[in-house]
Amino acid sequence: MDHPIQTDYLRWIVLLPLVGAAVNGLLGAVLQKRIGKWIISLFACAPVLISFLLSLQAFLDLLALKPDERFLIDRLYPWLSVGSLRVDMAFWVDPLSAVMILVVTGVGGLIHIYSTGYMREDKSYWRYFAFLNLFTCAMLLLVTADNLLLMFVGWEGVGLCSYALIGFWYHDHVNARAGNKAFIVNRVGDFGFVLGLFLVFWSLDRSGHGTLVFRELEKFSSLLQGQEIWGVGVVTLATLFLFVGATGKSAQIPLHVWLPDAMQGPTPVSALIHAATMVTAGVYMVCRLHFLFSAAPATLAVIAAIGVATALFSATIALTQTDIKRVLAYSTISQLGYMFLAAGVAAYGAAVFHLMTHAFFKACLFLGSGSVIHAMGGEQDMRKMGGLRRSLPYTFWTFAVAVLAIAGTPLTAGFFSKDEILWQAFSSPHGSPLLWVLGVAGAGLTAFYMFRQFFLVFFGECRADHHVKAHLHESPKAMTLPLVLLAIGSIAAGWIGLPEIFGGSRFAEWLEPVFGAHHEVHASGSSEEILMVLSVAVAAAGFYLAYLIYYRGRLAPERFSSLAGGLFYRLSYNKYYIDEIYQFFFVGGTLLLARIGAWIDQYIIDFIVDGLAKTTAFISWIHGLFDNHVVDWLVNKIADSTFDAGDKFRKVQTGNINSYLYVILGAVVLAIIVKLRYWS
Amino acid sequence: MAIGLTHFLVIGAILFSLGLYSVLTRRNAISILMGVELILNGANINYVAFSHYSSGSVEGQIYAIFVIMLAAAEAAIGLAIILAFFQIFHTIDVEAAETLKE
Repeated sequence: MDHPIQTDYLRWIVLLPLVGAAVNGLLGAVLQKRIGKWIISLFACAPVLISFLLSLQAFLDLLALKPDERFLIDRLYPWLSVGSLRVDMAFWVDPLSAVMILVVTGVGGLIHIYSTGYMREDKSYWRYFAFLNLFTCAMLLLVTADNLLLMFVGWEGVGLCSYALIGFWYHDHVNARAGNKAFIVNRVGDFGFVLGLFLVFWSLDRSGHGTLVFRELEKFSSLLQGQEIWGVGVVTLATLFLFVGATGKSAQIPLHVWLPDAMQGPTPVSALIHAATMVTAGVYMVCRLHFLFSAAPATLAVIAAIGVATALFSATIALTQTDIKRVLAYSTISQLGYMFLAAGVAAYGAAVFHLMTHAFFKACLFLGSGSVIHAMGGEQDMRKMGGLRRSLPYTFWTFAVAVLAIAGTPLTAGFFSKDEILWQAFSSPHGSPLLWVLGVAGAGLTAFYMFRQFFLVFFGECRADHHVKAHLHESPKAMTLPLVLLAIGSIAAGWIGLPEIFGGSRFAEWLEPVFGAHHEVHASGSSEEILMVLSVAVAAAGFYLAYLIYYRGRLAPERFSSLAGGLFYRLSYNKYYIDEIYQFFFVGGTLLLARIGAWIDQYIIDFIVDGLAKTTAFISWIHGLFDNHVVDWLVNKIADSTFDAGDKFRKVQTGNINSYLYVILGAVVLAIIVKLRYWS
Repeated sequence: MAIGLTHFLVIGAILFSLGLYSVLTRRNAISILMGVELILNGANINYVAFSHYSSGSVEGQIYAIFVIMLAAAEAAIGLAIILAFFQIFHTIDVEAAETLKE
């Protein structure tokens, strides 16, 4: 790990999408009008696809190296050198970031292609792709950054692009507000991230090795072991702060509220940003800093607890939602919870594995729902859908594969990754049977609500009105081709992560240089088989319940929704009123502070300022008085007395000879006297 | 009592003073000239008195003749000036010459 191979092409993985964004952003409006939308598509999709090829190249390069030397770096230039902080603009690819860049560019590329079909009618086509490319660049920056500060730049960048894309159709205020909500909630998380970053750097600096570069952080992490601040271990505090950042970015409790609202954006955006990539940034960050988190068992416990709680919590909300995208949104929050559950029991490889498989099937689900919405002319309410499998065959089959995957059907990718997480939750030294039970409960709920959605949308009688029914059509190839590829991935991607009993996980092997060898487990191999069977059974039960209610119609949903006087249903449907609570306390509190501030400004500060102004005016008036009556009086007096003196002296000139003679006589007499008295 | 130098000096002083008074006070231009004559004559008496009593020579009396000659010339010129004055102001009252009055 000390001798990374310097390369020159890694930078293009990150920078090509930036070029695409710049071209489309600056020239897009003109290009679209003069040449047509196809040139925008070209400038948008080509960079991402080329980045994918370059990522493949990086992957192959890594494969050619020995496992503990799998390390590529591309140093662009030294960025900051301040005091003891040295941070470069450098990109590195190790097995972990190789997985990430392949996922981002691969799934991202498919979504770019899909978008050329989905956004075809939109006027601001160029703006959409400019931001989509910018987002891809920022995400790639995030996962290939060689230091924590550069990662934070990418972290913020994806937040910005998420805001821009959620509020893409900004003329509708609802969308703009949703964008605001996403960005502001993210910001709260970012605050935690920054505090964690500062704490890590500061305490390392105290021991003489201040750095933010990941490799060096790993090397010196042992220095942080015994350090304390304010009575708490530094590592625990820093990792807690960093996890707050992950909570915001990856929509875990309590900062999950922005993700359902983010569904206001175009569906491919929901697929890319809020399913496959941006929300996984938190998971990536925790895994990247695994050495810090592993050194703070308290934080790990918190992460696992929040992860599994979020997984269960949002699954319960998804049970009752009627908007096709909302179900998927809560499903995403839930699956992210599973990833954090894995991270919380130090099974980082399992978390990344689920990240990868989730990217495939969740993107497939979202794009599929986009296809449905497209066909229904914009309708998103599942109560108005039904029987669409006849009109949308490609969408139907790919959606079916993805639903099987997310429900954890054996042999799908989702099965292998979710199963790995549940097994680790049970058997890891940080895990416990309780975590497993809660995780399996969530899996059961997942199976239920996903099949509920599946049956509501594609089976039964079509409940749409005549106008919509007449226009139902399958989506163009640009949209169905990515769906097919993603569906294939939803199955195939799992085979590289087989559990021990089936031959061992190639995926875990791949990530070994990053996370270290597999740690010992508490339970034996056969318990793994038993648990696997149990979790499949629970998932099957969920499927069966959905089948009974929504396919056969044998059970009425009211039997469940009226339980406890409808309380459970209402809590679930209204998302446990969390949005309302936040609105009252945080938004209301902020507005109250603003009003208080305005009152202070108006009555106190303005009072002081006006008072000062009036005092100044008053003093000026006194000065004026002084100037008029004292100074001017003096000046006038001097002038007058000069006149008077002149007047008086003038009288000497009488014009009378006699008086002149008198004067002469007087002067002579005076002269004589003076001569006689004073001069001898 | 014997008439000495002092008596003549006193007379000279009296004449001088009367002449001075006349010059300073009178309004008639010719009266002023007469005053000037008196002053000159007063000075003359002083000259002659000193010449007789203090100095053995007759220089003082010669000077007195010069002074009488001067007085005559001056009186002529003075009268000429008064004539010119009269031509302008049409009076010989010196108080009429107020043109330099402020």
